Amino acid sequence: MCFDVKRLYALAIGPVLMLMGLVSNGVWASESERSTVNMTPGVTEVGQQIYDLHMLILWICTIIGLLVFGVMFYSIYAHRKSKGAKASSFHESTTVEIAWTVVPFFILIAMAVPATKTLIEVYSFDDADLDIMVTGYQWKWKYEYLIDEGERVSFFSNLSTPQSEISNTEPKGEHYLREVDEPLVIPVNAKVRFLVTANDVIHSWWVPELAVKKDAIPGFINEAWTKPLKEGVYRGQCAELCGKDHGFMPIVVNVVSQDEYETWLASKQVEAAQVKQLMAQTFTFDELVERGKGVYERSCLACHGAKGEGGVGNAIAGSTIVTGEISTHLDIGINGVPGTAMQAFGGQLNDVDMAAVITYQRNAFGNNMGDIVQPIDVFNHKKG
Amino acid sequence: MLQLSKNPSIDTAVKLAGVTVVMFAFVFVVMVPLYDVLCDALGINGKTSGEAYTAVDAQVDTGRRIKIQFIASNNAGMPWEFGATVPMMKVHPGAVNDTLFFAKNPMPHAMVAQAVPSISPARATEYFHKTECFCFNQQPLDGESSAQMPLQFIVDQDLPADIKTITLSYTLFDVTDMAKSAIAKR
Amino acid sequence: MGDHHHGPAKGLTRWITTTNHKDIGSMYLWFSFAMFILGGAFAMIIRAELFQPGLQLVEPSFFNQMTTMHGLIMVFGAIMPSFVGLANWMIPMMIGAPDMALPRMNNLSFWILPPSFLMLASTLFMDGGAPQAGWTFYAPLSTTYAPPSVTFFIFSIHLLGASSIMGSINIIATVMNLRAPGMTYMKMPLFVWTWLITAFLLVAVMPVLAGAVTMMLMDVHFGTSFFSAAGGGDPVLFQHVFWFFGHPEVYIIILPAFGVVSQIIPTFSRKRLFGYDSMVYATASIAFLSFIVWAHHMFTVGMPVAGELFFMYATMLIAVPTGVKVFNWVTTMWRGSLTFETPMMFSIGFLILFTIGGFTGLMLSIAPVDFQYHDSYFVVAHFHYVMVAGAIFSMSAAIYYWLPKWCGRMYNEKMGQLHFWVSFVGFNLAFFPQHFVGLAGMPRRIPDYALQFTDFNMMSSIGAFIYGAAQILFLYNVIATIVSGKPTSEEKTWEGAEGLEWTIPTPAPYHTFETPPAVK
Repeated sequence: MCFDVKRLYALAIGPVLMLMGLVSNGVWASESERSTVNMTPGVTEVGQQIYDLHMLILWICTIIGLLVFGVMFYSIYAHRKSKGAKASSFHESTTVEIAWTVVPFFILIAMAVPATKTLIEVYSFDDADLDIMVTGYQWKWKYEYLIDEGERVSFFSNLSTPQSEISNTEPKGEHYLREVDEPLVIPVNAKVRFLVTANDVIHSWWVPELAVKKDAIPGFINEAWTKPLKEGVYRGQCAELCGKDHGFMPIVVNVVSQDEYETWLASKQVEAAQVKQLMAQTFTFDELVERGKGVYERSCLACHGAKGEGGVGNAIAGSTIVTGEISTHLDIGINGVPGTAMQAFGGQLNDVDMAAVITYQRNAFGNNMGDIVQPIDVFNHKKG
Repeated sequence: MLQLSKNPSIDTAVKLAGVTVVMFAFVFVVMVPLYDVLCDALGINGKTSGEAYTAVDAQVDTGRRIKIQFIASNNAGMPWEFGATVPMMKVHPGAVNDTLFFAKNPMPHAMVAQAVPSISPARATEYFHKTECFCFNQQPLDGESSAQMPLQFIVDQDLPADIKTITLSYTLFDVTDMAKSAIAKR
Repeated sequence: MGDHHHGPAKGLTRWITTTNHKDIGSMYLWFSFAMFILGGAFAMIIRAELFQPGLQLVEPSFFNQMTTMHGLIMVFGAIMPSFVGLANWMIPMMIGAPDMALPRMNNLSFWILPPSFLMLASTLFMDGGAPQAGWTFYAPLSTTYAPPSVTFFIFSIHLLGASSIMGSINIIATVMNLRAPGMTYMKMPLFVWTWLITAFLLVAVMPVLAGAVTMMLMDVHFGTSFFSAAGGGDPVLFQHVFWFFGHPEVYIIILPAFGVVSQIIPTFSRKRLFGYDSMVYATASIAFLSFIVWAHHMFTVGMPVAGELFFMYATMLIAVPTGVKVFNWVTTMWRGSLTFETPMMFSIGFLILFTIGGFTGLMLSIAPVDFQYHDSYFVVAHFHYVMVAGAIFSMSAAIYYWLPKWCGRMYNEKMGQLHFWVSFVGFNLAFFPQHFVGLAGMPRRIPDYALQFTDFNMMSSIGAFIYGAAQILFLYNVIATIVSGKPTSEEKTWEGAEGLEWTIPTPAPYHTFETPPAVK
């Protein structure tokens, strides 16, 4: 050989071990600056176990790879025809075949043992301090705190990055595409159990730093759990293709102290009681239409005509907006159209009246959409 | 061997056509009941046996309490109000428990719903016996009317010791189209 | 029998009616190349959009159509037909047979493909657009929430499946019945072995895919509820049925590639393949194991822990026979007499990069860690390493290796090397960074991403464009060779080549081995 392989290995061992040590301690994955090249150990014990397992397999594969490629590269160098190498004729060896079947098999067993242990730990679901139901929608998440006494708190969590940032007319904020209007709030050092399901298609709830990823299947519930050990804000994304805005339904989890959590929960329960009042008022179609007629005559007729034929305002009869998506229609009713005479009625009409007039418009003047808007829908739309 | 035609090509063609017909029939006549039997027996897909749970030795295990959580949600496009009357119950294995779910159809026309149950943890499914459940049948409701729907269940005494909470979730689906004949009868 | 040695028919009719395995092989290869370019174009659109954060070029819904069609066209239109084409050209010659066992069915198998892909591509122009649920088209996104084109997509898959099944029956019948006297199974070239095993895999699982899409069709049009909880069904059922097909499918993709590399490395090492018997057993083991690992694609779906453990162990096991093969290839090179013509470069590239893909596969098999990898770019990186640097590099190697035999002209070695190096650099630049963004938390199938993923995405896009450009170079190389390459009539194009295909004239006559050769 033209170089001393033994010396080379001896020289390399030191730095390699040091590198292993550095990397294994997660120096490339320190919490202060989240890694851009490696998995995060996150803020849970299970997450740390998963990370350690990942690094273990990675190192085993790296070492085996270096060995195999080392042999290959050496061969490419030393057994070149241009260097005068003459081909040997050996072409089989049962001993060798057995050896390199059995040895990898034992390496696999060594990997399987910690893997099994970690998997069983991930599957230990009971004894949670808090249960939260997570429902995937196209394209947002709904969280419901399954509290046994008092109001059950539930809210939607939507992407809050403005469209202008996405369409590149505004500079992008620090948490571009990973920020929401209503984050999930959970207490630190408590075991939280998630019951994950979906409203329409399959989604998946993934927060890397909490080491949770669970598919959300419509009609079925799946369990997952986490026990965060450090306060902070942890971000994740939907991890199952669910339609056009799959990339735009992030998850934000605020892990706060027990006190902060209880304060937040209490305020949410007050809100929930309000909502429940409104929800208790589920009106029938006829009630809404009748009420809506009155609202229309008081608030809309002047510009939109007694028969919905328009005037100062656009026609309601046959309008593409009024016969289109409810959310767009509601949006205009609530927020108006800036720069035109159409005011924002959201502040002027209460949720019951708004629901009534939208329902009326969609079903009067020959529109006959057959659909219905409840006060709770208006409430939710306003919240985003 | 059975020869169906003198012409060997036609003979083969006829036999192959026959196999196709038989396989098609197999799907509808054999597989459907087979699926039902197997899913029932193995408790797959959250199906717990609809038959009366023979509570012969049903001694109530008063030393143990299991928390049963109820969740109710609508699938996309389902406008009904739907929920549990109580959010949870603490029950003894072996005891018969009753609770009610409420449903309200706010639309002006009659609709039919199907409640689909799902249990967590999944391995608790075979120990959770619903002896009476609104999820066994499709639920028709006239326009603008409501109903109270009963659920009766027993938690098996053999429930593994490490399970302390069982979550029962119902998802309500709109099956009006699927059940048009049921409406026609009303 | 009559004298029919007047050469092939003239004009278009020749290609429509041909039953000649060489003609059909060529049609499969050209068709697959066209599909490769089409699928590659979709990839360029994807990487162009992902070059920077923000939505610059396409709407999210169109982006989903691009990712879906890229996957479908590459898997079903580029890789699979290309290896079938190779099988058609090479298997009869390698076993000393005059043609495939069922030549007319062979013609049908090919001609189903162009109309089927025309139909699939036409969905891009339909109302609602092309399929957009990913190449794995999970229900109910692909049923209840699918655009109208889903029906045409299902029809297209049925046709493709029929083509594959017929092709596989043909290969099995050919290999079992038409080997020259003296060529026992354990004397067959490894390429023939890998295709024989692949053909059995295809016959076993293509019908399962047909079942899955038929159930979809029923759910969409005939009111059934296979995949809908409303009627007592389960969306996860779709995943089980699909992946029962889908996992053997990826071995269907790679096994012939293993066969190609097993032919090329011995040639350029001037040394017999090490451990032939082991290689056969390893291939068979991989094929068998491929049937019992499917749910490793479903680790996050909510399976009971016993199921997760089983699938984890079974998947890890596949590393053993795969490792055996890698060791055997390296040992073939060891103490050989190596030269590095283009086919060998691609084969060595395969060896290194496929092994890296294999390692990430092993990492993915560890179920609890897969909870962090699943549906992230780490998976995307893994399968591109094994499918592109695996299957496509192997196909490139095969073309350079056998093209001289097919057309009697040598390719330009410098151009071949250029194609290799640009591909190698472009490929790694495109896909290695994807490991990083995946680990750092970037999900799959998204048209826009958070800012921390910017740098590696930009790198990846540049690499992808470089790799794409290299394939245009490939096309040029192939055409330039056929049209104006240096003529060669060497029977044994490569000094170290062994096998029956190297005993016939170059270029290969229209009909070969009309009398079976004697095999010792």
